[in-house]
Amino acid sequence: MIAKESIVSIRDLWIYQAEHAVLEDINLQLFPGDFLGLIGPNGGGKSTLLKVMLGLIKPDRGEIAIFGLPPAAARSRMGYVPQKTVFDRSFPVKVLDVVLMGRYSRKGLLHRYGRQDRQAAFRALADVGMADRAGRQIGALSGGEQQRVFVARSLVSDPELLLLDEPTAGIDSAQQTDFYDLLCHLNRDLGIAIVLVSHDVTAVSSYVSKIACLNQRLYYHGSVELSNEDIEKAYGCPVEMIAHGTPHRVLRKHD
Amino acid sequence: MIDLDFLQYDFMRNALAAGLAASVLCGIIGVYVILNKIVFISDGIAHAAFGGIGLGYYLGYDPLAFGIGSAVLTALGIAMVSSRTRVSEDTAIGVFMATGMALGIMLLTLSQGYAKDLFGYLFGNILAVTRSDVLLILALTLIILAIVFLLYQEFLLLSFDPIYEEAIGLPVQSLRLLLLAMVAFSVVILIKIVGIIMVIALLTIPGAISRRHMKSLPAIMAGSIFLGAVFVTIGLIISYELDVPSGATIILTAAAAFFLSTLLSR
Repeated sequence: MIAKESIVSIRDLWIYQAEHAVLEDINLQLFPGDFLGLIGPNGGGKSTLLKVMLGLIKPDRGEIAIFGLPPAAARSRMGYVPQKTVFDRSFPVKVLDVVLMGRYSRKGLLHRYGRQDRQAAFRALADVGMADRAGRQIGALSGGEQQRVFVARSLVSDPELLLLDEPTAGIDSAQQTDFYDLLCHLNRDLGIAIVLVSHDVTAVSSYVSKIACLNQRLYYHGSVELSNEDIEKAYGCPVEMIAHGTPHRVLRKHD
Repeated sequence: MIDLDFLQYDFMRNALAAGLAASVLCGIIGVYVILNKIVFISDGIAHAAFGGIGLGYYLGYDPLAFGIGSAVLTALGIAMVSSRTRVSEDTAIGVFMATGMALGIMLLTLSQGYAKDLFGYLFGNILAVTRSDVLLILALTLIILAIVFLLYQEFLLLSFDPIYEEAIGLPVQSLRLLLLAMVAFSVVILIKIVGIIMVIALLTIPGAISRRHMKSLPAIMAGSIFLGAVFVTIGLIISYELDVPSGATIILTAAAAFFLSTLLSR
């Protein structure tokens, strides 16, 4: 039986692609308010696991439930920020229109946006500190600002779980720090559970409350508050040692 | 002074009506073609439609209807081949495009005595548009307008960021096929006016110019429709006055505007 209060429950999950196991025997439980950092080498299956959680890839073995539902049925309660949003910088839409696009998971086909949707969009922009940019063209914003808008787009459907796939790729380090602070704000103040996929080990370890390392298999160390020992344990997975060399290079920032 | 006495001829009135309806189609579908970067597939569909046109001739049925049929089938075929096999989309387009052209030429030749029509389909012959053609074009334009009106928001999502929208549940594959089907319909209508070889210019130039000056999608579409209508009208008048081919005149008018707008906006 799947525990009632868990928001993500994955059991014995396997994914094969072209007869190779991409994910092996994944087990994961997440609870409301969790902030999970998912790290691991390229090709370790991090993006694949997010896609399974979104219901875009069906498991070959095992089971997965999001809010006790099949993933595709739970989409309206999830927000998603893809790895890199590839778009035409001269695409003729304003920031507010982009944020409204995230409302689709609630509205469905053939529904027009009303005042409620617009209010939700303004709220989401305020949450990411971009309220004053609502009327600007999306292409006129900096990379970091655009990424905030894409977070707002994922927030506009009032998600209880936010999935982010390497959201800081291509953003300069000053903006990255701001961005992680924003995620902490969403997690602590708005109570949104977050799964953050990254290979930025240092950054992740100083912000998240749980860490899991994925390299086909998931090395996850439960719901313990993060301590240096836990980090060391999390990095105990063999490939992570090879990929990053010295696990003790991972230091936690102090407030 | 240009006098408007050409409007007393039925064929000129039909040509103008067909041209203006086509401008509406170009304005809307052309903008989607540009934003979704499906210019090459649209051109492939236009060329492949020639196979259906040839088949229509050979069997003695309406070539335009057969052209539309083969254009839609090609759109679906390209999507199927590129999603289910290891053949990449642009390779599939190349194959379908050449096959359609070859079939068309073969079947038209076997039908005998249609060399003049062959020329008309390749380079357009708006002056040969009949009253029933005009009605067909108007009906298709209205259908496509209705679809775009209903699914405006969905097509905007598809055009901006399909990867994200698919993740939150938008039926991206179905919408893309619907868009390609609408491109197929539009392209065959445009073939009547400017011919297979030049169809892609009329589909993309008005939108490309309008996009430089307008900031929102509806405004770009409106501007694009207006420009298309201007190009068709001016092209028709010049071709009538100078007695030169109408399709080429329309395209050259559009191309001149494109280069002028590029120079001015630098």
